[in-house]
Amino acid sequence: MNERANAWRRRGVLAGLAAGAASLAAPSILRAAPSGTPVRVGGTLSLTGFLAQTAAIHKIAAEIMVNEINGRNGFLGRPVEYVLLDDQSKPEVARSLYEKLITVDKVDLIQGPYATAPILAAMGVAQRYGKVMIQSSMGIPKLQTYDRAFPATPFGPEPDKTYPNVILDAMASLPHPPKSILVLTSKFPSAQFMAKGMREQAEKRGLKVALYLEYESGNRDFGAIAARVKEADADFLWVGSLGLESNQLLEALHKLDYKPRNHFHLYPAPGPLALSPDGDKALCSTFLEPAEPFLSRPGVKRIAAEFKERATKANLPYAVIDAQAAGMVSEWQILEAAVNGANSLDDKVIADWLKKHRVETIYGSLRFDGPYNHGDAAQLIKQAQNKEWKVVWPKAFAAPGVTLMGT
Amino acid sequence: MPSATLLGQALISGVLAGGMYGLLAMGLSLSWGLLRLVNLSHFALAFLSAYIVYELGTKYGVAPWWSAAMVVPLMFAVGASQYWLFDRFRVNELASLLITFSFAVIVEAGIQIYWTADYRRFETHYATESIKAGPFFIPVLDLTMCIVASVLAWGTWMWLRKTYVGKGLRAAAEDADIAAAYGVDHRKLAYILSGIGAAYAGIAGTFIALIATLAPAQIWAWLGVVFAVVIIGRLGNPMGALLAGMLIGASESLAMAVLSPAWAPVVSFSVLIVILLWDPEWL
Repeated sequence: MNERANAWRRRGVLAGLAAGAASLAAPSILRAAPSGTPVRVGGTLSLTGFLAQTAAIHKIAAEIMVNEINGRNGFLGRPVEYVLLDDQSKPEVARSLYEKLITVDKVDLIQGPYATAPILAAMGVAQRYGKVMIQSSMGIPKLQTYDRAFPATPFGPEPDKTYPNVILDAMASLPHPPKSILVLTSKFPSAQFMAKGMREQAEKRGLKVALYLEYESGNRDFGAIAARVKEADADFLWVGSLGLESNQLLEALHKLDYKPRNHFHLYPAPGPLALSPDGDKALCSTFLEPAEPFLSRPGVKRIAAEFKERATKANLPYAVIDAQAAGMVSEWQILEAAVNGANSLDDKVIADWLKKHRVETIYGSLRFDGPYNHGDAAQLIKQAQNKEWKVVWPKAFAAPGVTLMGT
Repeated sequence: MPSATLLGQALISGVLAGGMYGLLAMGLSLSWGLLRLVNLSHFALAFLSAYIVYELGTKYGVAPWWSAAMVVPLMFAVGASQYWLFDRFRVNELASLLITFSFAVIVEAGIQIYWTADYRRFETHYATESIKAGPFFIPVLDLTMCIVASVLAWGTWMWLRKTYVGKGLRAAAEDADIAAAYGVDHRKLAYILSGIGAAYAGIAGTFIALIATLAPAQIWAWLGVVFAVVIIGRLGNPMGALLAGMLIGASESLAMAVLSPAWAPVVSFSVLIVILLWDPEWL
């Protein structure tokens, strides 16, 4: 019985892989254009407010994907229409808008918003109406308790345990491995969650935690914080930063004539950090960069080129596809594979299909059958080298000739 | 226990950061105290100026001081025009709060349309320069900003106390009818003062472009602390605004150094509550 179940499971996996790969690889010209009533997919993004920096990236990625999907076979042969609303970076607005999308606009399917708080708000609404919700940026997986919510980014079920060890493995590989660590973090929930994990794992591995500091999200002045970082003088500085906080901290340290020996930044603004003179050798979290081996994945080269073109046209200062944009790409790839794979727009059928199948995405092959519907963790580390981001760890994902550089 | 070096460095950082609070608070304090207009768009004008300085600097290579020479008169004109609208429609104190809030939202949307919501940073080689004084480091740009803020605060304070125009403005703020009976043309003076307040936003914006992060939503990031500074420093008092800014900045910074950086935002409002309850005579 078990063998038979396993055989069916293997077939399911293979069918999912084949369907995903075929839909990504085959040129649109080989397929009939979708026709009929559009399948309406509703969602919100933080087009205004303090998270608006990310929405511009996600919006472009979503537009590319809707075009791609409509250039193939749409959803079940019907064109896809993306109904996008602005949640103003406010969870309560996100909640109301998802209610509106489902009950007033009567969308067929929904896509998740950006960031943990709006996602949690939208998830409550999705749960009430039994809708499948795929999201790409919930940094605290254990909060995703709704069984029809699926992650599009491979954080894994316990990133606070897995990712710190990836970072510490990388540090241990340096000729002079750090013996002490300073953990500094924004109180933004997902950053704080990871910082606590980093502290725990570092202690477990025998590193001396010289200092653990939290600052309010949106902190304006890093002068006093920099003075504390300098005084603690740890071998490794881990920063749970968002946006330009990393640049501000490094500048404040520079003003004190201090340069951290090894420094990692969780969610920084990638362009400004790589280009900053203080950002040299900065380490940062990622899942994908537009280089090998990632460009060899089906469709990635084309999507990366189109993203660059559209982002440049939209006047974005960093027009390079990275983990942010890839999250949205992955969301649509998963929804496309699930709808067409399950051959249904019914949320229960789609959710059941996802739990049994792998989907080929820009992040590689993802599964959704683990705790909180998460599969394997796939966090990587990139490093700013000559003002460009290069994936340096794990070694298997580093481009030929690229190595992790320490001090 | 933090070392003396850490405390000293935190104090320097805090006082200098407080200079920016004071600089931003000055225009708001003048408008609120002497014109009875709570001008929330002051923050939007400061950020609009910052974006213009950023644009001129990064796209056309214009030095920030030349950009300031363009932005400050422009903001003066915007401020004077704003007063024309307030006067034309007889806007009172409460209505000014709502109208200028709407104006700030419009400016924020305009900034987002033109510069996008993405973070912007004006990188300059002097942004990280410091002077070494014993074990301490004094950032040159922050120090320059603080000196400019001090000169403006003292100059404005003297202007309000020693000149006919300044005295007229203060008299009109006390009682416009009586001041008019003594020949004070409150409306004419108000145009000048409204323009000056907005010009100060232009100067603050120039330094914001060089020191801080630019994002449209950042317009609102300074609102709470600057309001606390305006109230602690007393309405219409530029020197009070500067000193209150430095007090709040230093308190925040010391809280970051001694307790935890997460305590910093609590400090400004705690100081405000203590001062309001205490109500010292010297203030």
